[in-house]
Amino acid sequence: MRVSRWLADRWVMIVALLVLGYLALPILVVAGLSFNRPSSRLSYDFNEFTLDNWRQPCATSDMCDAVVRSVQIGFVATVVATVLGTLMAFALVRHRFRGRSGINVLIFLPMATPELVMGTSLLALFVSAGVPQGFWTIVIAHVMFCVSFVVVTVKARLAGMDRRLEEAAMDLYASEWQTFRRITLPLVLPGIVAAALLAFSLSFDDFIITNFNAGTTVTFPMYVWGAAQRGIPPQVNVIGTAMFVIALLLVGLSSLRGRRARRANLLTGPAQPRPTRRPS
Amino acid sequence: MARETPAGDLRLANLTKRFGIFTAVDDLSLTIGQGSFFALLGASGCGKTTTLRMIAGLEEPTSGQVLLGDRDIARLRPYKRPVNTVFQSYALFPHLTIFENVAFGLRRRGIRAVDDEVARMLSLVQLDGYGNRRPAQLSGGQQQRVALARALINRPQVLLLDEPLGALDLKLRRQMQIELKRIQTEVGITFVHVTHDQEEAMTMADTVAVMNAGRIEQLGAPADLYEFPATAFVANFLGQSNLLAGEAVGASGGDVAVTAHGARFSVPAGRSRTDHGPVHLGVRPEKLILVGSADQVPAGHQHVTGVVSDASYVGVSTQYLLRTDWGSELSVFAANSGTPARVAVGGTAVAYWDPRHAFLLPRDAADTDRTSPVLDEPVGASS
Amino acid sequence: MTLLAPTGSGQAPPAPPAARSGRHRLLPYLLLLPGAAWLLIFFGVPLVQLAAASLYDPSGSLSTGYALTWAFGNYPDVVQAYWPQFLRSFGYAGLALVLALLLGYPLAYAIAQKAGRWKNLLLVCVVAPMFTSFLVRTLAWKTILSDNGALVGLLRDVHLLAPDGRLLATPFAVVLGLTYNFLPFLVLPLYASLERLDYRLLEAATDLYASPVQAFRRVTLPLSMPGLVAGTLLFFIPASGDYINAELLGTPNEYMIGNVIDSAFLVRLDYPQGAALSFLLMAAILAVVFGYLRRAGTEEVL
Ligand SMILES: Nc1ncnc2c1ncn2[C@@H]1O[C@H](COP(=O)(O)OP(=O)(O)OP(=O)(O)O)[C@@H](O)[C@H]1O
Ligand SMILES: [Mg+2]
Repeated sequence: MRVSRWLADRWVMIVALLVLGYLALPILVVAGLSFNRPSSRLSYDFNEFTLDNWRQPCATSDMCDAVVRSVQIGFVATVVATVLGTLMAFALVRHRFRGRSGINVLIFLPMATPELVMGTSLLALFVSAGVPQGFWTIVIAHVMFCVSFVVVTVKARLAGMDRRLEEAAMDLYASEWQTFRRITLPLVLPGIVAAALLAFSLSFDDFIITNFNAGTTVTFPMYVWGAAQRGIPPQVNVIGTAMFVIALLLVGLSSLRGRRARRANLLTGPAQPRPTRRPS
Repeated sequence: MARETPAGDLRLANLTKRFGIFTAVDDLSLTIGQGSFFALLGASGCGKTTTLRMIAGLEEPTSGQVLLGDRDIARLRPYKRPVNTVFQSYALFPHLTIFENVAFGLRRRGIRAVDDEVARMLSLVQLDGYGNRRPAQLSGGQQQRVALARALINRPQVLLLDEPLGALDLKLRRQMQIELKRIQTEVGITFVHVTHDQEEAMTMADTVAVMNAGRIEQLGAPADLYEFPATAFVANFLGQSNLLAGEAVGASGGDVAVTAHGARFSVPAGRSRTDHGPVHLGVRPEKLILVGSADQVPAGHQHVTGVVSDASYVGVSTQYLLRTDWGSELSVFAANSGTPARVAVGGTAVAYWDPRHAFLLPRDAADTDRTSPVLDEPVGASS
Repeated sequence: MTLLAPTGSGQAPPAPPAARSGRHRLLPYLLLLPGAAWLLIFFGVPLVQLAAASLYDPSGSLSTGYALTWAFGNYPDVVQAYWPQFLRSFGYAGLALVLALLLGYPLAYAIAQKAGRWKNLLLVCVVAPMFTSFLVRTLAWKTILSDNGALVGLLRDVHLLAPDGRLLATPFAVVLGLTYNFLPFLVLPLYASLERLDYRLLEAATDLYASPVQAFRRVTLPLSMPGLVAGTLLFFIPASGDYINAELLGTPNEYMIGNVIDSAFLVRLDYPQGAALSFLLMAAILAVVFGYLRRAGTEEVL
């Protein structure tokens, strides 16, 4: 009786923890393998503990080149996509204009299109236009598929923002620019940061579209893909683990800061005012 | 900035606001004297907030003017107006501390040394020591007081208050009312105060305006509005009235004669808004006196007879319902002043009044008696 | 479509202010211009080109060049050749979606409503794996599911798996991989809309005699609909176009349509065929998406 009651109250949490375990399992394996000295090049089994992989992550130098290139591409694509997407989000939320539904479709479609289709069609464009493929074609492609996600994320934050706050600021002698600078921007910023993080992770991790538009340039996912056929150097797991830890620290730090600032979590979009008693 | 501007009355001239085809504020004209305390009353949705927003510059009028002194400010941007608002929804900046919220207006005007002023303001609204918190960490009433402090600190020429005390408990509300009134007289700011609390409006305001469907129904000193309402709406919005449908049959001497429900009444001409045609004869419940029989009615008074259908004891008074021969129920409030002359439910009784306490209003021909309590609370009960 | 934070809940955003002057009327277009141009040039135009490529004469090749002969026959040809892969793509993606909903809803709900001060930590646990390259994680699954791995050994010992049974290189492995890879895309939007759910509504429902199941069915589920729809789409669309999981965790018997398109473009260099397949895939997905949106009755996702 007691047990079933206890279970009834907590089964959701238990299921959730099991699912989290499922999500974490491969990461644990990756982390474990990053300390492995594989018995052979094609072996994925744990053989012997070693710190070598962590001491010399760049033992295979083309892998590190690929990582650096991925970070560079991710950075440029994120900046461009975040700027373009944020501007669009402001236009959509704050202005009335003709052709709004057309724009909405244009933003929605890339998210509803399989990456494969985007990759192949973009390849066709670059080939027919005679554009040599490489770093910049990858950036172009990444910006293209990141913009929609940025728009959607920033838009949600912006739409959840109380317009009356801006009115209050103007009532308190803040000009349009000051209102934007002191009220709008700080309140939308978490949304923009979340969008940028999302864009970076999408870009850094993209394989399918990149694979079609990279020419001879090799990004980290492409390196992994290629290596998967020949045998993966254990350093790949070092990079995977390191990325995970960095992400953990980053998100952890920002949510810590966010908690101190009593703002909603970075990932959740608009800070909804907690329900307080309303005036009667 | 606010203080150097030459002061003046706030005048609204033919101010109109339409949202699509819906007219929220309809050709509003009124003058609010400099330094006066002006209260705006009216049912929910009648256009009070919209009016304030046009004064603040947050809503562009469809037509009409907002004049401060001789200056038309209707088209100035909000931050160019010496007007501040305490918002109905507070609108506190969630990412700024209470201190920074209060200091916001001063800083925008380039004032550096804000600490003392902010501290003074916070203690005025009894929030000393809350400066480092954020709005989400305050209760509803505390947030409201921050909103008040944030506007007041700017010492604007006109302060607009949109139900600023609605979320406060009764004791704190009374305290804040006194505080507000004190500040208002001290600094001579014009206050435009929207409230649902009639008692608040009556006790604080120099002038009360009752709004209905985008128009001002009546405007004047609280006592004038109460004692001699201009329309049936005002008569029943501000307190409660017994309105008997009748016909005015002309003035003779200083009185207007009225026939209603087969009886003849008279009302002093000075308390009549019309002297012919369909009218409402109005008497406030507390002006009616209940006695057992018509013999007890003093000379010069007028009366109706009925059956007491209900009596409820509410402490300071007893409220009776008197069902007349023609089926209307009049409200009668009898002060519990110790005289035991109480009337039993079910018994016949006579309600009489001094004609000088009655008032006469024009009536739509189709309108009948308005006697059943429209507001089932007496004056002063907050909404 | 709202990803991380569905709008639509909370107080409705006040209507945008009317345009004030000529400058203001132009402003939205200026704001939209760069982004919209980018999408038009690098998404719209290529799509049109791809449509054209799908109608090229199939007998051409990269070296001899292609001619646009309006060869609509390419479409029936590829359907005939690859319908099993098409069916498999949607079958696997659909199966993975069902699994993901069973796993993801409780997870999102628990984080949003039950986690209290652990909320941020749990959320990080969902998000952080996304930063580890998804190829690396998929390869980790290969290790976990491998024939001499601990999992297979355990399952064989308890006779859930025949002594020579495998996990890797089976449809099971592919569906598991799909479920795993796209689960966060389902959980995050779902979480965002569940987070906004006012627990007092559930209290009110229970107060009005709803059993926990009924309260879920009548209150929680409808209110989480925007997140559910967004999450479902964000899961299903990439899953049905994916070919990495089939490639790494399956065999050619588990190949999905993505594998075929990939090889058409990069191995066989048969552009007309690859383009026709791409277009069919996109059309099929859009048909599924809009059919679903109409049934879900949510216009808000756009
Ligand atoms: N932006 C708007 N668009 C359309 N109608 C509006 C808008 N703002 C207000 N209204 C309408 O105008 C009328 C007046 O609204 P207003 O906010 O002024 O009411 P109020 O008197 O302040 O009411 P309350 O006492 O409930 O606050 C209402 O019927 C409201 O629905
Ligand atoms: Mg209002």
